[in-house]
Amino acid sequence: MWLFNSSVGRKFVMSITGACLALFLLFHATMNLVAIISEDGYNMICEFLGANWYALVGTLGLAFLAVVHILYAFVLSIINYRARGKERYAVSSRANNVEWSSMNMLVLGFIILAGIVLHLCNFWAKMQLVEILGQEPANGVELIKYTFAQWYFFVPYLLWFVALWYHLTHGIWSAMQTLGWSNNIWLPRIKCISNIIATIIVLMFLVVLVYYFVAGNCCAATCAAI
Amino acid sequence: MDKTINITLKVWRQAGPKAKGHFETYKLNNISTDSSFLEMLDVLNEQLISEKKEPVVFDHDCREGICGMCSLYINGHPHGPDSAVTTCQLHMRRFHDGETITVEPWRSNAFPVIKDLMVDRRAYDKIMQAGGFVSVNTGGVPDANAIPISKKNADEAMDNASCIGCGACAAACKNGSAMLFVAAKVSQLALLPQGKVEAASRVKAMLGKMDELGFGNCTNTGACAAECPKCVPLSAIARLNREFICAKFKD
Ligand code: HEM
Ligand code: SF4
Ligand code: FES
Repeated sequence: MWLFNSSVGRKFVMSITGACLALFLLFHATMNLVAIISEDGYNMICEFLGANWYALVGTLGLAFLAVVHILYAFVLSIINYRARGKERYAVSSRANNVEWSSMNMLVLGFIILAGIVLHLCNFWAKMQLVEILGQEPANGVELIKYTFAQWYFFVPYLLWFVALWYHLTHGIWSAMQTLGWSNNIWLPRIKCISNIIATIIVLMFLVVLVYYFVAGNCCAATCAAI
Repeated sequence: MDKTINITLKVWRQAGPKAKGHFETYKLNNISTDSSFLEMLDVLNEQLISEKKEPVVFDHDCREGICGMCSLYINGHPHGPDSAVTTCQLHMRRFHDGETITVEPWRSNAFPVIKDLMVDRRAYDKIMQAGGFVSVNTGGVPDANAIPISKKNADEAMDNASCIGCGACAAACKNGSAMLFVAAKVSQLALLPQGKVEAASRVKAMLGKMDELGFGNCTNTGACAAECPKCVPLSAIARLNREFICAKFKD
């Protein structure tokens, strides 16, 4: 099967799964924004998605994409490590035009993976999972308020978003290049598009995080002072 | 005015493919900044021979940047710190007095060291033999302008045809991938009407050979294009991907 046996096939799978995950993030981040616009609206979305069949199908599909992306990431990284040979360069320097993120996709991926685990424990386990088990899910907005106000959650989430930004700035244009959507004129353009999409996604997540951190800490303090 | 510099060389020495290699340090005085890097190595070898020591083995042939025989990973860059030149075109004026210069062979699983700085690059020849050509019946010579080709395509094919098969792309790649080379060789033919006929089978055969020989998977870091002495563009890899994916979907 060329999707596994050939290098371009493997990269094809990597780029399709990566691009779908990025699309999901765009969707997820848009929903999060609702949490600072209207708390009721956000809880309505939570209820609407909850544990309905379409949300479950979506979750399963997403889990499948993530698992394939991560498995392929390991396979690719191992093959590539071997391809460098046993002996390594004593002196090596990064050529200009080579992005730092492109050399560290696996490391960034690990940080993202750790973030995903934390995030699933924080939210998914208390919302969709309990609902699947037939119990009452937690209140979405209240859970956000509580979680993001804690500095020991705030800081890892911040790191997570930074890693995600780096991963996506390279990932998105790399996926387009892998799919063949690039030429001499479009290469600088897709790099620019990649930066824009990565920034939009991460900024949307960040706004919600910072909003609830500030609201949960500073406001409580200043309100108390007044 | 002839300016000269004194340098220290750290050169990789390895007796044979299986032997364990190590760095050897040599001091060279009064090297003309007008000399090329390979001429400097010639001076080193003369010095070594006069001391009854084994000279350093390195690849070279044309010494004018067209054959692709010279290699060398100099101070962390294939073909040295200059851009768009081969090692044979690199001048000693790029280095300063008292500098320590580290010289290593290409390091890639598919390019095993033969001796010292010389590596076996036959893997690239094998990829070419797998399909990097156009099959023709050798009959009468056709008229040069019988098939019209747009200037844009002709230029782009020419940019890709400038690849000299030196191997710097795989040597520079953190994934040990030969994608830029294969992309250049696929592109130079895929862009022209004569090459289009066999485009699908060519790309599958050449890429299959590349994978089989143990080169890595491209992750678009772009070190290859940045270090390529002939400035083959990164977009060639996108064309290779496009050609390959389309060919597979047609199957
Ligand atoms: C929300 C999560 C993620 C998104 C949106 C995402 C997105 C992407 C995209 C778009 C690419 C580019 C594909 C290409 O170059 O063709 C990519 C590459 C990569 N990803 Fe992810 N990724 C995510 C999570 C992860 C995780 C958890 C890991 C590993 C543990 C990982 C490891 C990698 C690696 C190693 C590459 C480079 C492979 C290559 O370029 O061939 N990613 N990712
Ligand atoms: S693409 Fe450039 S670096 Fe690679 S073999 Fe051809 S000339 Fe050398
Ligand atoms: S010796 Fe021919 S290209 Fe350098």
